Amino acid sequence: MSEPIIETDALGRDFSVRDGLRRRTVVAVDDLSLRVEAGESVGYIGANGAGKSTTIKMLTGILVPTRGAARTCGLRPVADRRRLAREVGVVFGQRSQLWWDLSVRESFSILAAIHGLSPERERRRTDELVERLEVGEFLGTAVRQLSLGQRMRAEVAAALLHSPRLVILDEPTIGLDVLSKQRLREFLLAERAAHDTTLLLTTHDMGDVERLCDRVLLVDRGRLVFDGTLTGLSRTVGAQRVLVVDLAEPTPDLAIADTEHLGSEAGGLRQRLAFDPEHTTAARVLAAVTERVEVRDLAVEEPDVEDVVRRVYSARGR
Amino acid sequence: MRTYWRLLLAGIRRQSTYRLAALGGLVANTTFGLLKVAVLFAAVRAAGGQLRGYDVGAMSAYIWLSQGLLGSVNLNGRTDLADRIKDGSVVVDFLRPLDVHAAAITTELGRSLFNLVPRGLPTLAIGVLLVGMDVPHGVTGYALGAAALLLGLVISGATVFLVGACGFWLVETRGLQVFYLVLSGFLAGLFVPISLFPDWLRTTAALTPFPSMLMYPVDLLSGRVVGAAALGLVGQQLVWLVLTLAAGQAMTRAGRHKLEVQGG
Repeated sequence: MSEPIIETDALGRDFSVRDGLRRRTVVAVDDLSLRVEAGESVGYIGANGAGKSTTIKMLTGILVPTRGAARTCGLRPVADRRRLAREVGVVFGQRSQLWWDLSVRESFSILAAIHGLSPERERRRTDELVERLEVGEFLGTAVRQLSLGQRMRAEVAAALLHSPRLVILDEPTIGLDVLSKQRLREFLLAERAAHDTTLLLTTHDMGDVERLCDRVLLVDRGRLVFDGTLTGLSRTVGAQRVLVVDLAEPTPDLAIADTEHLGSEAGGLRQRLAFDPEHTTAARVLAAVTERVEVRDLAVEEPDVEDVVRRVYSARGR
Repeated sequence: MRTYWRLLLAGIRRQSTYRLAALGGLVANTTFGLLKVAVLFAAVRAAGGQLRGYDVGAMSAYIWLSQGLLGSVNLNGRTDLADRIKDGSVVVDFLRPLDVHAAAITTELGRSLFNLVPRGLPTLAIGVLLVGMDVPHGVTGYALGAAALLLGLVISGATVFLVGACGFWLVETRGLQVFYLVLSGFLAGLFVPISLFPDWLRTTAALTPFPSMLMYPVDLLSGRVVGAAALGLVGQQLVWLVLTLAAGQAMTRAGRHKLEVQGG
């Protein structure tokens, strides 16, 4: 078995926070042990402040751990930071690595120089990324004049210019519209298929996890509380699916066995029923509804990441 | 090496996008230059045409050279590093296969070098045309002057980096910047030449890197200091270069362990 691309052993980081006049210690990450093999695609999820970004910053050598150890791409992140930077590409959704006052093209060429790419390799890789991320139309535009969607595509291209083995994306789709999200996900899937890149992404977006990740890690208060597939996660917490029915006529709140009535809209024309897929099925619930009232349309909503996370957290007593 | 060369060019390119700012700087430099002419020429004349070794020609050279270097020597204490620590974007700097300290100084040097063109040269030209001034003696004079200037710019970048790097501990460094602004201009000899200081103050100034940034390059470029004395000044600059760079390396290394990224 080959060496894992990420391996941490009881990794932890504390921050000192000023709280009025006193200073107190906040544990951002604690006792985190995980292993990611090369070629995997992992979603790293959790609420705000759960320690996701801190973990990423320790894995890339930006933050120095308080406890424990990490190895990324077989290197020690802090001691070998500069060597590691050649193996890893990171996109921070909230930060830019382009030069604000220069054009996208100039930013790319500086990054290529920083990573020591040969002119031939620079040209080939830039062309590839420009075409696949559709960056061409604004290559000559100053970064500060780009729209958010354009800038994110340029950011991703910038992070991948040196063909890193490991790509870490911290909230890559934050603020993007549906179409831009879709394009970005398609690109990441294609990139992974073409170069066998390892992906690690943090996100609040269920679609990102569903489309991109075959493994989910869930953190709560700095600790790893789940490691498995998304389906497995939903099952563990008994996440409910929701049947939404549009009815032919206004109806009082439906009481159906094995479901929970979540709410009615338009005077009872649309009703939302939650059910646990372990106990009943969408078909059975629908049949029970149809017995009482005519159904004109329906939709089934899957549990979203927020919901699953909330359930895990409440099960853990918070 | 190619990497840092490219960063230097990037620093130049970035600065070149701010043309209006360069013009504004030039106007300010010239206005204050003329003000200094009025005050300092009066002082020289009142002293009988010679004030601590400065005649009108030497004083004019001092005024226009020091004004011309204002866009290039950082005497305001502001750095990209300080801003980047404060808003957390310094994480991006640590994500690159670069020495963060060297990269910051290289970029700052690019900015300094660029500003010589729209701010340095025109200020000098205006000074020469309006007032006239002394120039270096011979090729050696120009070569030493150029070397002292380059050293001065790097020392300036390396010293102001130290102010920014305090942000690793303090996060907010605006107070320090103001302190730097007041102290550096005065001790670098921006307002009056250091030779006009009382002895104790001249000694104090010599114990700081500030004269190496502005006063010494101006002394050499104006041909006021020549020969062994000129080499002595360049020697002092080299000492400050080593000291400020070493301090920057040490602070960056220690600061990394202290770094707490702002803004998540």
